[in-house]
Formats: sequence, structure tokens, C-alpha cells
Amino acid sequence: MSALQAWAIAPVLLPLVAGIVLLLTRSLGLAWQRVLGLGSVLALLVPVGVLLGAVGEGTIAVHALGNWPPPFGIVLVADRLAAWMLAINVLVALFALLYAVQGSDAQGRHFHVLFQLQLFGLNGAFLTGDLFNLFVFFEILLLASFGLLLHGGGKRITRAGLHFVVINLTGSALFLVAVGTLYGVLGTLNMADLAVRAGEAPAGELSLVRTAGLLLFVVFALKAALLPLHLWLPAAYANTTAAVAALFAIMTKVGAYGILRMESLVFGGSEGPLAALYQPWLLPLALLTLAAGAVGVLASRGLRRQGAYLVLVSVGTVLVAFGLGSRDGVAAGLYYLPHSVFASAAFFLLADIVARARGPVGDRIQAGPALPRAALLGWLFFLAALLIAGMPPFAGYLGKFLVLQAAVEHAWMGPVLAVMLVGVLLTVAALARSGSQVFHAAGEGGGMAPEAERPGAGRLLPALALMGLCLLLTVAAGPAHEFSLAAADQLADRGDYIQAVLGHGGGR
Amino acid sequence: MMSLPLVVLLPFLGAPLAAWSVRFGRLGAPWASGGITLVTLLVLLGVAEAPFAGRTMVERLPWLGSAGLDLAFRLDGLGLLFALLILGIGLLVIFYARYYLEAEDCLGRFYTYLMLFMGAMLGIVLSENLVQLVVFWELTSLTSFLLISYWQGSEEARRAARMSLVVTGAGGLALLAGVVMLGEMVGSYALSDVLAAGDQVRAHPWYLPMLTLVLLGAFTKSAQFPFHFWLPAAMAAPTPVSAYLHSATMVKAGVFLLARLFPVLSDTPAWSGLVGGFGLATFLLGAYFALFKHDIKGLLAYSTISHLGLIMLLLGIGTPLAAVAAVFHIINHATFKASLFMAAGIIDHEAGSRDMRKLNGLWKYMPHTALLAMVAAASMAGVPLFNGFLSKEMLFAEAVGVQTQMAFGWLLPVVVTVAGVFAVAYSLRFIYETFFNGEPVGLEHTPHEPPRWMKVPVEILVLLCLVVGILPALTVEPILAVGVSGLLHGPAPEYSLAIWHGFSPALLMSVLALAGGVGVYAFRAPLFALAERMGGRFEAVRFFWRGHDGLLRWADRANPWQDGVSLTTMVLALVGAGGIVGLAGHLGGGSPLAGGATPTPLDPVSLLLGLGGIAAAGAAVVLHRRRLASVILLGAVGLVIALVFIRFSAPDLGLTQLSVEVVTLILLLLALYFLPQHGPAEDGAARCLRDGVVAGLAGLGVGLVSWAILTRPHETIADYFLEQAKPGGGGANVVNVILVDFRGFDTLGEIAVLALAGLGIFAMLQHLYLPGPAKDHAGRGWDPDRHPPIMASLTRLLLPLALLVSFFIFLRGHQLPGGGFIAGLVTAVALIMQYLANGVSWTQARLPAHLHGIMGTGLLVATGTGLVAMALGYPFLTSTFDYFHWPLVGEVELASALAFDLGVYLVVVGTTLLVLIHLGMVHRASHGVSGNPVGGQ
Repeated sequence: MSALQAWAIAPVLLPLVAGIVLLLTRSLGLAWQRVLGLGSVLALLVPVGVLLGAVGEGTIAVHALGNWPPPFGIVLVADRLAAWMLAINVLVALFALLYAVQGSDAQGRHFHVLFQLQLFGLNGAFLTGDLFNLFVFFEILLLASFGLLLHGGGKRITRAGLHFVVINLTGSALFLVAVGTLYGVLGTLNMADLAVRAGEAPAGELSLVRTAGLLLFVVFALKAALLPLHLWLPAAYANTTAAVAALFAIMTKVGAYGILRMESLVFGGSEGPLAALYQPWLLPLALLTLAAGAVGVLASRGLRRQGAYLVLVSVGTVLVAFGLGSRDGVAAGLYYLPHSVFASAAFFLLADIVARARGPVGDRIQAGPALPRAALLGWLFFLAALLIAGMPPFAGYLGKFLVLQAAVEHAWMGPVLAVMLVGVLLTVAALARSGSQVFHAAGEGGGMAPEAERPGAGRLLPALALMGLCLLLTVAAGPAHEFSLAAADQLADRGDYIQAVLGHGGGR
Repeated sequence: MMSLPLVVLLPFLGAPLAAWSVRFGRLGAPWASGGITLVTLLVLLGVAEAPFAGRTMVERLPWLGSAGLDLAFRLDGLGLLFALLILGIGLLVIFYARYYLEAEDCLGRFYTYLMLFMGAMLGIVLSENLVQLVVFWELTSLTSFLLISYWQGSEEARRAARMSLVVTGAGGLALLAGVVMLGEMVGSYALSDVLAAGDQVRAHPWYLPMLTLVLLGAFTKSAQFPFHFWLPAAMAAPTPVSAYLHSATMVKAGVFLLARLFPVLSDTPAWSGLVGGFGLATFLLGAYFALFKHDIKGLLAYSTISHLGLIMLLLGIGTPLAAVAAVFHIINHATFKASLFMAAGIIDHEAGSRDMRKLNGLWKYMPHTALLAMVAAASMAGVPLFNGFLSKEMLFAEAVGVQTQMAFGWLLPVVVTVAGVFAVAYSLRFIYETFFNGEPVGLEHTPHEPPRWMKVPVEILVLLCLVVGILPALTVEPILAVGVSGLLHGPAPEYSLAIWHGFSPALLMSVLALAGGVGVYAFRAPLFALAERMGGRFEAVRFFWRGHDGLLRWADRANPWQDGVSLTTMVLALVGAGGIVGLAGHLGGGSPLAGGATPTPLDPVSLLLGLGGIAAAGAAVVLHRRRLASVILLGAVGLVIALVFIRFSAPDLGLTQLSVEVVTLILLLLALYFLPQHGPAEDGAARCLRDGVVAGLAGLGVGLVSWAILTRPHETIADYFLEQAKPGGGGANVVNVILVDFRGFDTLGEIAVLALAGLGIFAMLQHLYLPGPAKDHAGRGWDPDRHPPIMASLTRLLLPLALLVSFFIFLRGHQLPGGGFIAGLVTAVALIMQYLANGVSWTQARLPAHLHGIMGTGLLVATGTGLVAMALGYPFLTSTFDYFHWPLVGEVELASALAFDLGVYLVVVGTTLLVLIHLGMVHRASHGVSGNPVGGQ
């Protein structure tokens, strides 16, 4: 086993071990849990950094679990796409956790255990090269998210959490049917092997492979909150604690990742008998998702609910980009994805800070009491709104520009341009209204609320850091986009991935 | 050092500096801003000789090069002219605002916004890359939003700011789309490339849509009809902002853009029709509406709209001479309109009102200001000897010149002259009603001259109006020529800057406009009466807000469709999506559903099992309102499945299924205790039917897919597992080797899922208080004999036996049916029996196990097995085994996978008991008794 192979599994093992240790040492108190939890996330930066460096040079790291040769055992595969998603995940998790340790982690039991196992699930989902193993990681994600969602309690979130778990369990059943069917037809579970066998599938089997592939699409679409499978999202994201909502900014992107991975690897992208299996569905539905999200942003009466719909807009944008199907489209989506995750997370945190600063009015979008540190909060909200709406000169705007640029080569240029730009406009209009009412009209009815909480550095810093990451993506737009392009190339030329996995002999 | 990026960057750096500098007193901000602006101006002047020498300067910084978006800056004549206007007038506005703003206004914030705007505006005019230009374009919309809403307390200002953001922001987005298309047409976003590709662009099939999008951007920004309405509303901003953004610079961005792209886009019928047409309409309508505004800033705003229309019209006419006139009028309008706004600000400041019905006779109180305003207004009206006259006469000449080239061409000079008439009339009204016309009405205090220095910026601008108006060739000629050649992307045409061109149609039109304007003003009463009757009925601003509010209401009404929907709807969407998409996938493949393989013939046992399962499931559906019965029936379904496994030679699965069924049933029964015995009634036959059909179809779909798989030949990687289980995994039980070795990683994940489920249920039950029923449905109380002694004694006897069985199952798992999972479930069942028979507290007192610890230890053991392999240099979870000879026992195989299986065992036991005990705890709480079980004394 080479060192790189060890690094490839570290992002999965670190949070798992940390979660187990946290479970075993839960009597040692919250301070210890915080230290260990944060330490684990910080430590994750190392393997993720190493992997990013390695995949940047085109290496694909394969870890064959149990030393069984692929396709018989399970493999973890770190290619550019996986490393990119890992990096985004670890960064957003770090700042979500930093925000959580400001107090919301103490509102219920086992927050830190659940958080680590959630990371275990997320990292595993991005790394695994095995379809059934992906199912397992989805189960871990489902259970851990359910625990995190309910953390802090409350009637509304219990209801939303129940919806979340039931609809996702139904999705799991569908996932099993799809995996079973694929295994039944193609006789393998390893994704690279599936790709080879799907490409060679005789004409008589194509219908069944297509059915199974599209059922998988439905499962990923549910995770990604693609219309009409987005109905679970608004209530869940709007009612959970801010730190959890911030971490969940990446959850919908797991679904988007699944769609991209399946389409490009297993079903051969634009080549072979299954070419463009997802695209006829993906692009129109993604456009509708974006539009539905924009309507929700307009109709929201609270900042956190607005944040939930902004997540929908952003996932719609990412999926529009992926749905274009071209290398440029995929690269545009990959460039926009981290920005949208960081910006949504920052927005959730900021909405919480503002709600705390307004006392009983909370995050409702209406004229309320004056705010402590109003100028600072006003600026931060303005900046966060620009970031999430995709206004220039920030990465969100650049990302949308890249999507438009990819769209002008596509037959659907008109609808894509129209929906994306009207979506931005509606978002901007709605956020201008929110900001205007919450900040500009503040204090008209007197001074501050007696319960107002003055935002301290502990809460502001995570939000600031997330926005800082967006600025970094703006300044370093060139390298980030080049990485995205390289990742898109690697996905388009799936031979490298297949060779890296199936050429990996295993030790036995 | 690159100069052009520096010119754009400096104001952006000045913005935080201005905010910070208020620490050193209120005037720190204007000083800092002024200083930065001056430095910027000097840097710009340092490179200004390039355009004069006919060179175009381009400087690049890398940014998003892979998408054709570098930070590229360009200095040619047009850019230089605009940059000088932005910085020059900016400097005057900075100076002026320092006197204009009141003590309670926050100067730091104002100047920060102003500097941000200045940087963005410089970015527009100095961009070589078109996408970059759009980026700066949107930045001016954003800073304009901030500046209009500067007085945040004013609802009017906030609404105006939002409106301008939406209108100009929308235009900016359309422009982005247009630019992306243009870039695709040319293959580059660089202006140098785009300017060189004019013919290619004009011949491209996308020309018209692209032009429309670009014009949408330009028209919204430059307040062209019908997008003009945001500009008068923006007058809610402080007057220095109106002078700077909303007359001299930002609203010129649209004009600038069209001037910038003039060599590429112009010279087509679409261009002249759209640009000329909208320009002409705006020119006329703006002038007309300006006459009726009582607010002097309102009058000036509509006048600005009209003059922007005039410039658009010139660009639309499209001749080189019209281009000269356009550039010239851009300069002239900036000077006279900025000075007029500043004068209006002085009047507002010193008289306390901007309403011309109140402001009369100010000549007496502020003669100096009045004189300055009169000069500027004369220029606005196009009176000879002032600069506005020169460019307006050029327009008249061009209007006459091109009329022969089109149908209804004679209309052009006529309409232009009529617009000129109104321009004279409103200028006259502004002067006469503000400074003369009797005495002020109802002012709160007596007007007076402003502080001396406040007038200096106005004086400078007015002086420019005069000097340019009288000696154009000596003053404005060089910069005008450079600007025009920048616009045309080539040498400027022959033109003559002179006041007197001899008797010409243009002169006649000027005279007509002046005389007509005086006439219209003199006989304005019927016009005013008409305007009064119309009462703003057609004001576009109303349509905007009606549309805006309508959209919000619609969103409010539409959104419940996706927000707060029921779980049934969600599941329906998912199942429906699966059905539709899956069916489409099948149809798209074009191959038959069934494969070629012949199914095994039906035997009586299988038939019986199938029928039994169907009967049990069907009965569960029919009896689903009787909860106890349906749970037991579901147990029967599970039992059938276990039998199916055994029928098809999968004893491991059968054992697992069996123990899972037992544990699930017990847990469900415990939970049922808290629920009413009967489920709620259904919502109605229609919904029952719908749900039944959906469920039936879903079942049918899964059945068909299964059928399709079962009728196909089965070639999988499973053969490898069969071959390798013993030699590679050291176990004869392939199922177990798959679970703990081949796919041990899956198992590790699944036990994590199990533990998570336990933790989740634990968390949910922690603060749960559920009142249990004191009596059953028949009104009977609970049996006082809670723990029947026979059962209690029996289970205690059985416990060691059961544990022994589970240990046996665990140990033999690697070779024969069994394993950690089943053993864990058996242990759990054995312990559950104790709890059931003896009560939770009694059992817990004797089994003081920390279940969290057991779960955690299990996970740790399983993970640790994998980590040990890694420590030895093998991949995670690599297993090993060997045979040892134990005395008495004989040859024994020990596999590392056994340790992994121990982890599985522990997690299963821990989780199951955790859930059970805490459900039991809820019970106890609900009884309100601490219940000592029999035998527990």
C-alpha cells in the first residue's frame, strides 16, 4: 500500500474514528467534545490537501479495501472531482462546526458524534467507487442528517424531520431496486466495471440498464432537491439550527455529484449506447428548479426560509450547468459549486446572527428593532446577498457567466439564458427588499429589543471566513476554473478512471 | 507599474480609506476622497498623451483567462474623455457634497459609496474586456442602489433605490447575455477583436437578438423610454448624487456603451430604427414631461432623460458627424446639468424647498446662485453663446441631413424641433419661476446665499459652459477630436466648431425652438390643465410597482404549492417520478422486458409461500386501522420472506430475517402502546382509490423489473466470491465472508447506520413525555400482576442457554450459517426477554451495561481491525487467518475477520437494547409508578 493510498482513505477514517471516540468519551464533557471535533475537522485538511495536490497532477488514487482486487472488493477512488468535493466539504464543515460550538451544539445530545459521522458519510459518498457502498454511505448520511436536523428540537423541525426521513427512506428503497437491477443485468457493483459492462451491454439488455440508470437518477434527484422532488427541503432547512443548515448547504450537492458521476462514468457521458441518459431530464428540470427556487425566495417571509430557497436556486444552477452536458458546462458547474456552498452556508449563519440581534422579531422580513452593530451587520448582509445572488464581481457572478458561456453553444440557449438571468434578477429584488426592511427600516419603532444579542466575534468569524472563501474563489478564479476544467476533462475521458481502478491488481 | 489598473483600483482603495478617515474628524472623509481622486486624475493624466498620439493603450492582468476573461484595461480617446469627466466632475462633487451634507449625515458612509461608484464607473470606461465591462456596469447599479438609499430612514428613498436596482440590474443581466453572445460570435471578449469584427457581427444570424439584449442594457441604464421612470424616482438621493450619478456620469454609461460598440453594431437598419427611434421618443417625451414637474429636481431629471434621448438619437442617426455631435453633447450636458443640479441643491439647502410653486423671486435673496443657474439653464435650452447651443445645432443639422434617406424623413426635423421647443420652455420655467415671479410662498425660513466655497464647483462648471460656448475651437476641440476618433475607431471626420455657420436650416430650427419655447411657456395654461387632468395616469413608475406587488402576491399564492406540502404529496411525487422516468427509460431502450431464460417451474412449496405472503400483506392493508392486527400480519409477511430465503438455500439470510422480525415486532408493540388502538379514518374514497392505484402501479413496476432480471442469464462477480471465500478469506460460509471480508467496508458502514439509528431514537426519546392510556378500549385497567412469575422464572433459566446459543452462532459464523449479526440479534432477543419478564429497572440493576459504550466499543473493534491492517502496511480491513493446534480441541482456525465480526455483534446488541430500554423508560414514566417487578424485592 502506497502512502497516497493511505491518504485516500484518511478522509473517511478520520471522522469515523473521531466519531467513535466521541461516543465512547461522551462523559468527558462538552469542552473535550468540541476540541476533539474541531481537531478532527482540522486534521482532515491534511489528507484533503495532499489528495488535491496529487490529483492536480492527474493521478487517480485507488484504495482497494481488504486488499481485494477490483472489481471484487470495494474501492475508494480519489480523482479530481472527488478531491474537489472533499475540499469543499471539509471547509464548509469546519466553519459550520466553529459556529456550532458557540452554543447550539449543547442544545441536544451527541451533536459532535453525529457531526463526525455525517462527515464520514459525506466523504465516503464522494470517494467510493462502488455503487452499493454509495448506498451505504447514503444511509449513513440519512441517519446522521436526521439526528442533526432534529438537534435542538422543536415542533416544526420534528415534523419536517419526519418528512425528511420518510421520503428519504422511500428513496433508499428505490436506490436498492436500482442497484439490484443493475447488478442483475450487468453482474457487478464496481462503478468502473459497471461503466465497462454498460458500454458493452447487448441491445437486448439496454432497456433494463436504462430503467435502472434512470431510477438512480430519481434517487439522486431527490437528494439534490430537483423539482418536483424538492418538496422536503424548504421546511427542513428553514427550521433546523443555523450550523446544521450551513453544513447542509453541501447535502444537495451530494445528489448533484451522484448525477454527474453516474452520467459521466457509468453511462458514458456523451458516448456509447447510453449516451446522454440523464440530460433530457436534467436540463429542463434544473431550469424549473431554479425558477421554483426564485419564486420561493420572493415569497419567503423569513431570512432562513429565504436561505433554504437560495439553496434551491444554487442547486438548480449547478444542475443546469451539468445538464448542458459539455465539458465547459461541467467545468462551469464545478467552479460555481463551492461558491454556492460557502455563500449559502454564510447566509444561514448570518440570518441566525441577525435573528439573535433582533430579539423576538427574529429573522422575519419586516421592519424591526434597531440592531446592535448595525453598520457591520448591514455590510455583511449586503455582501452575503451579493455573493449568494451571484452579483459581480464575485465568484457567483463569474460562475453564472461561465454557465451562460457554456449555454450559448447549446440548443437550449434561449431558455437557459432567460431562466438564469430572470432568476438572478428576482433573487436580487427579493434580497434588496429583505435588506431594506431588516436593516434600513430598522429602529423606526424605537431602539433595540431588550433580548437583542450583540453579535460577537465567535459567531461572526465563521460567517466572515465563509465569505472570505468566496472572495478567494473570486481572486483565484483562474486556477479554480482551470482545476474545474481539468476535472471535467478527466470525467469526459473516463478511460483514466477505469484504467486506474480495474488496472489496480489488489494484493492477493 | 501599470497605470490603467491603478486608475481603476485607486478609488476602490479610497473607499475604505474614506470610511476609516472619519475617525480624524468629520471632514476626514471628503479630504481623503478628494486626495485619492486627485491622485487618480494625475495618474491618468500621466498616460493621457497616448490617445492624443493616436495610440490605444492596453494593459492586462491575469484573472479568468481560461474563459476569456482577463482583467484588461484600455485607454483610447473615448475612454479618456469619459474618465476625465468622471474624475473631474467627481472632484467637484466631492467638494460640493462636503457643504451639502448636514451635520447628522454620516460622511464616511457617503464618501465610501461615492468612491466605490467612481471606481466602478472608471472600470466601465477603461475596460478592454467586455465581460469585465459588464462586471463594472453592475457595480455601478449596486453603488447607485446604496447612494439612492443613503437616507435610509426615508421609505421613498428605499423604494426608489430598489426600483433603480431592479431596472438597471435587469438591464445589466440582459447586457451580460448580449455580451456572452457577442463573444461567441466573435470568438473573443476583447474589444480590440470585437471592434475589428464589425462586418462579421452584423452579418451573423444572432445579430438582432444580441443587439436587442445590449440595447436593453443601454436603455435601462441611460433611462430611455420606457425604462426612464427610475431616474426621476432616484432624485430621492442626496443632490450631489443626482448631479454626479444621475446626470453627469452613470446614466451616460448606456450612451458610452453604444458609443463604444458603435463601429461594430451601427450602420444597420435595426440599429438606426431602435437606437434612433427610442432616442427620439425619449428626447421628445422627456422634454414634454419636464415642463410639468413642480419639483426642480424632477424637472432636471426629465430634462436629463430628454438629453440622453438626444444623444441616443445622434448615435442612432449613425453618421460620423452625428457621432461628433453625440460626443460633444455628452461633454456639454455633463457640464451644464451637473452645475444645474448643484444649483438646485443650493436652493434646496438654503431655501428649504424644491417646489417651484413655493420658490419664487429668489433672485432677490441669492443673486449669485441665480446667475450661475441662469447661465447653465441657457445652455440647457440651447441659447447661442452657451455650449448646449453648439451640440444641439449639430443635431438639427444632422436631422435635416439624413431626412432624405428614409421614409417619413421630414418628420425627424419636425419632431426634433418640437422637442427643442419644450426644452426651451422648461428651461424658461425653471429660471422664471424659481428666481422671479413674485415672492416666495410659505418657506420656513428666509433664503440666503450658500457658503462661499459651496458655489465654487458650480462656478467652474458654468465657466466651462461659457468658454466652450464662445470659444469652442480653442477649448474643447482637442479632447473632442480624440473622443470622436476613439468612438469611430478611426480618424474623426471633418467638422467645424463655430457659433456661426451662416443661414442654414439648423439655424432656422434653433430660432424656431427658442421662439416656440417662449411661446409655449407664455401660453402654458391649457397644457398644464391637460397635464393636471391626466394626473400621472400613464406614469410608468406606477406600472412598475403594480407589477412588482402583483409578482409578490402571485409568489405568495403560488408558493404553498411547494412549501409545507403533505408527506403524502412528497411520496407521490417520488413514486410518480420513479414510475414515469423508469418507464421512459424502458421505452427508450427498445429492448423487450423479459429475457430469454426460462424460469424454474413452479413448485407447490414456492406457490404456497407466495400465496401466504400475498395473503398476509393483503390482510395487513385491509386491517391497517386495527394497528395490533396489522403489525402482527406484517410479522407474518416477514416470516414468509424468511421461509423464502430458506427455500432458496440461504440459511444465513433466513436466520437474520427471523431474528430481525422478532426484534422489530417487539419494538413496534412497545411503540403501539402509546397509540390509539385504531388508526384514523381515511380522507375519502377518491384519495383511497388514488393511493391504491399509485401503490399498485409501484408494486407492479418493481415486480416487472424483478421479472426482467429473473428471466435473464445471471453472470456476476459472485463466482469469484465462491472461489475465493475459503482460500482467500479463510471461511467456508461465503455469505459471512462477504459480510466481514469481501464487503466488510459496507458492513462497517451499516453498523454505523445502526448505531446512528440508536442514537437518533435515544435523542428523540430523551425529552419525550407520552401519556400512556390508563385503561384499554374496553375500559379495563392494567393487570396488577405485571410480571407473571412463571414467565420471569422461565426466562431467567433460559438466559444462559440463549447466550450460549448466540455464542455458538457467532463462533461458527465464518464456516457455517451464523455470524456476528445474527448472534447479536439472538443475544438481544434473550436480553429483551429479561426486560419483558422482569421489568426494565430490575434487569438494568443486574446488567449495568453502558449501552453507548457497547455500541462505541463495537464500532471501535471493527474499525480497529481495519486499522491494524493499515498499520502493517496493508489496505484498510485486509484480513488474515491461520490455523492453530489447540490441545484437546484440535485444529482451530483463527481469522482476523472474527474480531471484525465481534464489533458487529457488539453494535447490534448495544443498539437494540438501547432502543428497547429507552422505549421501556418512556413506558415507566407514563405509568407514573416506579414499578418493582416480581421477584425484584
